Amino acid sequence: MTGHRLFWPAAALVALLLGNLVVSPRFFAIEIRDGHLYGNLIDILRNGSPLILIAVGMTLVVATRGIDLSVGAVVAVSGAVACVQLGSATVLVAVAMALGLCLVLGAWNGWLVAGLKIQPIVATLILMVAGRGLAQLITGGQIVTVSSGPFLAIAGGYLLTLPLSFLIAMAVYALTSLVVRRSALGLLLESVGGNPEASRLSGLRSGRLVWLCYVFSGLCAGIAGLIISSNVTGADGNNAGLWMELDAILAVVIGGTQLTGGRFSLGGTVIGALLIQTLTTTVYALGIPSQETLLFKAIVVTAVCLAQSPAFRAKLVKRRRRNESTTAPTEPAKVEVSP
Amino acid sequence: MRQSREILRMTGIRKRFPGVTALDGVDFRMFPGEVHALMGENGAGKSTLIKVLTGVEGVDAGSVELAGATVAFGGPDQAQRAGISTVYQEVNLCPNLSVAENIFIGREPRRLGRIQWSWMRQRAAELLARLDLRLDVSAELGTQSIAVQQMVAIARALDVSARVLVLDEPTSSLDAKEVEQLMAVLRALRADGMAILFVSHFIDQVFAIADRMTVLRNGKLVGEYVTAEITPVRLVTKMIGKELAALDELEVSERSRADADRPVLVAADGLTRSSGIEPFSMTIRRGEVVGLAGLLGSGRTELARLLFGADHADGGTLDVDGQRVHLRSPRAAMRQHIGFCSENRKTEGLIAELTIRENIALAVQAGRGWTRPVSRRRQVELATRYIEALDIRPADPEAVVGTLSGGNQQKVLLARWLATEPRLLILDEPTRGIDIGAKAEIQRLVATLAEDGMAVLFISAELEEVLRLSHHVAVLRDRRVVAQLANDGLTLEEIMSTIADGGRP
Repeated sequence: MTGHRLFWPAAALVALLLGNLVVSPRFFAIEIRDGHLYGNLIDILRNGSPLILIAVGMTLVVATRGIDLSVGAVVAVSGAVACVQLGSATVLVAVAMALGLCLVLGAWNGWLVAGLKIQPIVATLILMVAGRGLAQLITGGQIVTVSSGPFLAIAGGYLLTLPLSFLIAMAVYALTSLVVRRSALGLLLESVGGNPEASRLSGLRSGRLVWLCYVFSGLCAGIAGLIISSNVTGADGNNAGLWMELDAILAVVIGGTQLTGGRFSLGGTVIGALLIQTLTTTVYALGIPSQETLLFKAIVVTAVCLAQSPAFRAKLVKRRRRNESTTAPTEPAKVEVSP
Repeated sequence: MRQSREILRMTGIRKRFPGVTALDGVDFRMFPGEVHALMGENGAGKSTLIKVLTGVEGVDAGSVELAGATVAFGGPDQAQRAGISTVYQEVNLCPNLSVAENIFIGREPRRLGRIQWSWMRQRAAELLARLDLRLDVSAELGTQSIAVQQMVAIARALDVSARVLVLDEPTSSLDAKEVEQLMAVLRALRADGMAILFVSHFIDQVFAIADRMTVLRNGKLVGEYVTAEITPVRLVTKMIGKELAALDELEVSERSRADADRPVLVAADGLTRSSGIEPFSMTIRRGEVVGLAGLLGSGRTELARLLFGADHADGGTLDVDGQRVHLRSPRAAMRQHIGFCSENRKTEGLIAELTIRENIALAVQAGRGWTRPVSRRRQVELATRYIEALDIRPADPEAVVGTLSGGNQQKVLLARWLATEPRLLILDEPTRGIDIGAKAEIQRLVATLAEDGMAVLFISAELEEVLRLSHHVAVLRDRRVVAQLANDGLTLEEIMSTIADGGRP
């Protein structure tokens, strides 16, 4: 069972949740208030939804051997457009304009990568920097607040007792999985990421596929941007989605999709995103001082990555065997330093 | 030359890699002031011998003596310090640095920790002048021609007071004039007493420059010959060997008669790509197997890639089924129902991490685009059919291709193209590196496919194979089609002599 691709990320998620349960027995408690579910677990789902969305888009990009650093900035742009437009337009128009611009930004990334053959990390770095400027430009450098009820429902609303934002994220995930696995898109993406030259010689139009992935990643970041700005009831060009691209890449990698492209797992990505969100929640639940949050996160992520690494596991097994066969029973326990 | 003492003597060199014996008791020697050619087909052990000589690989048995003293190099740097310098096939210099920097990289002349730039530039100019090359040594290397870069690599090798200079395929990316320039440099160095080891697939060049040659085959020494005493035909015979007849149990009669009445499927007229292949004209008829014979680097693959649109032609015309076509991409070739199995299974053929089923379905799926998927059931059907037909093992459509043996991987690649039902199938070295059983199966398959009306372009370094399967044989040499021979009673000797003398009567 440990051979399954999702075993280690899922095990890490479960372990982290159980750890929380030990520290605070009420961690798993879920109660119903006003017909909505409340509790730590629900919070994880609700707050994790933007990351799930971004990471799902990122997964497809990574599958093609690419990377999209601009998603955090696109989050800011999306929120900025929506909040500014809400001043004069209906919610539907504002949302449509925000997502439309995000599609254009994704298309721009895709054109740089697939059309001009610029290295993805460089191509998307452009928008990572420029996108924040664009968001500032749209908001006029101010934090624009909104009070439109329907817009705030995106993050704060509930449907069938579950947070609306989580349902949106799941809908995008389910739809993406369906399209990718029911059409030939999944196979062709894995083929392009696995061996670009062999794919070209098999008649694939890899350029188009790659372009499409960046467009989709832009759209996902756009939806995440709406949720985030709805959650904080405003657009903050500077801080909305800051460093989220790194969390998203981490979620993809924890989910078992390699940065070298090829085989990808959307389910793994969702687990990875939930793991990261659980970490954040854990940090608050444990009362770890905010200055040490990043360090704590890093330690857990390192542990997950090591558990996933076949080379590390092999080393561990070898070491244990050697110790079993060589250590004399009288020898005192010694502190092991990893090689 | 005879009387002088050997500068280098390698005795009984054995080198095993997991699964293969790369060198099996090879003796090799070199004298000062000679150009010595190391000859052999692909996989004969030339590269391994060079790696042992230059300290990249250790030996399992045997000894290396340099100027009478036994040496054992722990790495390339030690070999270089002892006076053995190497210029590799791909120029491994830094194109973004200047010419002078490239010559002195890693051993820049310093005083008090500061690099002495002016002395370095002056010395670089002197070294290049020795190669009869005058150029601005502070220019960026990348702006120079490949030939000049090659010279710079040689200049770099010379500066470390080399006694033995190893040149691995130095001419493979040079044009005729540049080759002449390089040859002149080699003659000058030879006159200075340098021992030069020259590896090349170009028979002409070897005969033009080498004093002696050593031939390897399958990791064994075939012999050492003085150039003046051997003919190109005999050399090619020595390189290719005669014991390839092991496959002859395959019935020769399987090949149907060539038939001029069959409709022409593909007609190339003056098709060419500079730096790839000289203009060639060729017709391939339905149900016909056309073989390409020639040594490695003779342009076989380049020709095939033009017919598949993997490279753009920059001259000439191509007609498929009477229609003028411009193959701008493999996709365009696939629309004409042309398939191409690359000789590089791993880098240009299979997607190692995908399954047999996915790999087989890939080309069919690519032709349909992503919105019209081949259903899972149909994919399994396709995979199962070809697993059965080609006896692919393991017979599991969900087995990951990267874990298969070479022969089975080749069959998967073949299946991918057979599934597209091509009219012309181009097979580049389909039997290389696979065991003899799989080899015979693939040959039989090619014969059957042609019988059923498919046109096949068959490329192989094994001439017996080409001869057995082909209705026509096109002979290539030095990136040129030098002869097209109808195969009725064609013999191995005729093909070999055509390769050796370039089609001249």
